[in-house]
Amino acid sequence: MAPEPPLLSMSGITKSFPGVRALDGVDLDVRAGEVHCLLGQNGAGKSTLIKVLAGVHQPDSGTLRWRGERVAPRSPLAAVRLGIATIHQELDLVEHLSVAANVHLGHEPTRAGFVLRRGAATSATAALLERLGHPEIHPGRPVGTLSAAQRQIVSMARALSHDVRLIVMDEPSAALDPDEVDNLFRIVAGLTAADVAVVYISHRLEEIRRIGDRVTVLKDGRAVARGLPARSTPTRQVVAMMTGRDVGHVFPARRAQAPAQDAAVPDPVVPDAALPHRGPVATAATPSPPTSAPVLSVRGLSRPGEFAPLDLDVRAGEIVGLAGLVGSGRSEILETVYGARRPRTGRVLVDGRPLRPGSVRAAVRAGLGLAPEERKAQALLMTESVSRNVSLSALPRFARGGWIDRRAEREAAREATRELSLRPEVPAVAVATLSGGNQQKAVLARWLLRGCRVLLLDEPTRGVDVGARAELYAVVRRLADEGLAVLLVSSEIPEVLGLADRVLVLREGRVVHEAPARALDEHRVLDLVMNAHRDETDTGPRERAHRNAPGSDTRPHKDSYKDAYGEGNPVS
Amino acid sequence: MTQHVSPPRDGTRRTAAPAGRPARRSLPVRADVRTLTLLGVLAVLVLIGGLTRPHEFLDTRNLQLVLTQASVIGVVTVGMTFVITSGGIDLSVGAIVALSSVWATTVATQSHGLAGILLAATLVGLGCGLVNGVLIAYGGVVPFIATLAMLASARGLALQITDGRTQVVTVRGVLDLGERETYVLGVPPLVLVFAAVAVAGWLLFHRTTFGRRTIAVGGNPEAARLAGIDVRRQRLYLYLLSGLCCGIAAFLLIVLAGSGQNTNGNLYELDAIAAVIIGGTLLSGGRGTVTGSVLGVLIFTTITNLFALNNLQTDVQQIAKGAIIVAAVLVQRRTASTA
Repeated sequence: MAPEPPLLSMSGITKSFPGVRALDGVDLDVRAGEVHCLLGQNGAGKSTLIKVLAGVHQPDSGTLRWRGERVAPRSPLAAVRLGIATIHQELDLVEHLSVAANVHLGHEPTRAGFVLRRGAATSATAALLERLGHPEIHPGRPVGTLSAAQRQIVSMARALSHDVRLIVMDEPSAALDPDEVDNLFRIVAGLTAADVAVVYISHRLEEIRRIGDRVTVLKDGRAVARGLPARSTPTRQVVAMMTGRDVGHVFPARRAQAPAQDAAVPDPVVPDAALPHRGPVATAATPSPPTSAPVLSVRGLSRPGEFAPLDLDVRAGEIVGLAGLVGSGRSEILETVYGARRPRTGRVLVDGRPLRPGSVRAAVRAGLGLAPEERKAQALLMTESVSRNVSLSALPRFARGGWIDRRAEREAAREATRELSLRPEVPAVAVATLSGGNQQKAVLARWLLRGCRVLLLDEPTRGVDVGARAELYAVVRRLADEGLAVLLVSSEIPEVLGLADRVLVLREGRVVHEAPARALDEHRVLDLVMNAHRDETDTGPRERAHRNAPGSDTRPHKDSYKDAYGEGNPVS
Repeated sequence: MTQHVSPPRDGTRRTAAPAGRPARRSLPVRADVRTLTLLGVLAVLVLIGGLTRPHEFLDTRNLQLVLTQASVIGVVTVGMTFVITSGGIDLSVGAIVALSSVWATTVATQSHGLAGILLAATLVGLGCGLVNGVLIAYGGVVPFIATLAMLASARGLALQITDGRTQVVTVRGVLDLGERETYVLGVPPLVLVFAAVAVAGWLLFHRTTFGRRTIAVGGNPEAARLAGIDVRRQRLYLYLLSGLCCGIAAFLLIVLAGSGQNTNGNLYELDAIAAVIIGGTLLSGGRGTVTGSVLGVLIFTTITNLFALNNLQTDVQQIAKGAIIVAAVLVQRRTASTA
């Protein structure tokens, strides 16, 4: 429609990393002077896309056109020369250098080629900061002494110190106060008025409403929606696109038929999924009639600033889901339950016995296992073999006096991976060569081998190819059927609804609703997850009442105080 | 044009990607290539020795000398291999060897005979390792700094004990170990000790939970922690192990020199680190090889011997060593990226 070509047009961009396809034919076009918002969950491919744009990654295929001409920036410097600047989420500033030195890093004003003209750098920096509405930041101050918001301004000044036509901002508001966000928006408006385009990445939909012109939604490495009008597209539609699940995704059936509270609610579960076997014991799909004592109990657990005091129970054979958007405290809760973070109050009990707070080893000994969100960084030894990764937590089982029976180890690892149908069935293969789904299976196999009783799953299908997810769901359900208690965290609402028996909805570190998964549907959860005003009124009555009862509140706190500060695991 | 919602595609297309095909490089094979390369280098060095100094180099006494010299630094290198594989570094090994050797050769210690000397040397090594380990594992001090401080302090203490004098060993049993009569089938006892330490180190590294945890801690400390491994305790044990190796090396040095000196073990830290690195252990941790380290030590010692036999000065030796380190690392980088 537009007679002149867009400022930037990316088409069919694909990019694969070992084990996962991060981008799968993404198109994006940005016009001069617009604010183009890029939306998507963690792992949807946003970061990879902007890294391609910034010259950090080279795409496997696809084309990039800049003002109508085909380009291929091979380095961040090349991208900047074209006029594309990126403000990364982890701000890339040198803490011990001054503001002016950071702003001009790599293109310092010089005399005779190498003598720094510090005065010129200082005055140019002061002018840029003035333009950004922050004349109070002194160009000579070391960046390390600045606040997060001020550092962001410095990053922006650095971007503007080049002659840029497009600025990419990766979650610029994440570390900012509301006032500072307002200032950020003023800056963005000033940029677009000067015909500079902004690609704005954020999880906060309300911000996108305020400053965005058009929206592109990424999911699983594809653009599920392009160029939506930012202000008029219904929020629910946008979030549904971010968190939605492809049709044809099968979740394994639950064993017990839970009495649905609302029969009119459509059930997201496709019930005819094949399941290898089902145990005879009926599980509690509702919180009310417990068939057994809970394996995992959490009482009054909190970390101020991350999540409010939390109570929850998970029984054997039950999958409990925590649903919430980024920043709702999901992962923090899981890691605190696991002992990887030290709680301020509250405690975690396994079979009624309290765990030493803040001790991963105590948790593992008691039978907890965590499949963390960042598999590569937090769970796997990437260059080691599958077998060694799987046996890592259960080494003493194959060892006598520290001496490893390697055949027994290999066999046990082989059996555990076979049980989860991990492919290839070669235990000697390095984990780095596996696909995302199989890497996740290796993590699960580790806990299976350890004989864990409570499995904590943090975004279990993150970075897992869409096709492999159904298989992973079947695995998790089967493990639960075999008697594991599972606590699941996911930002993909259909995943929680489809997999869990019972769901706790989180918003800003607080449980706002608890219900059997069958009593909920995606739209209801979306409303709960997003709506910041309709709080407390519609929560599950039982658990909420329990939480507010003063008697049940004070005792655990007193005990937990002692637990948290009495005996010590020094923080590593 | 402005609004375009693409229909959801089915996921089958993407599953074909990297799941199936067994990986080309399974780890043991690659390790073998590296070991063979090092053996090849060693063979070439022996060949050069045989060609340039046929009579001197291949003489039994010379070979015994080479192996004996390799033994002292070799024992230190075995401990260093573990520390570096765990992502750490121990700069204090030379100083610990010096301190152990002088502590074990004081008049008071010598009065307890061979057992007293051996016990003192190992205990002092373990003690220094304990201090290193506690500082690093529980004090949160960076290994570089903690062991650098130990380097300075242990050397200082060694000087204080000796007052700069050489402490001559008078214990007969100790001196005998250096004599030709005690050789077993032509192999000096010191070399046997080195061989025993190397074999024990290899078994510890490749066959025990201790070795496995060392690799895990070095490869991904966060993953090791979340897998339930006590990362701090493991770190403590690693520096203890390094200290123990230094103590054993100090004993070997006492036998070899017949004395204890505060200048003993000078620059051992650099020799040991260099041998570990050219052996193929990653300086960043997570991958290590005891075999490679032992071969690295043998290569360096042989080079030193060749240079000495050919009347080349130590300055030339140093330059050659530096070049070898760089060449080895460059070759490893290439094989790592192409494998």
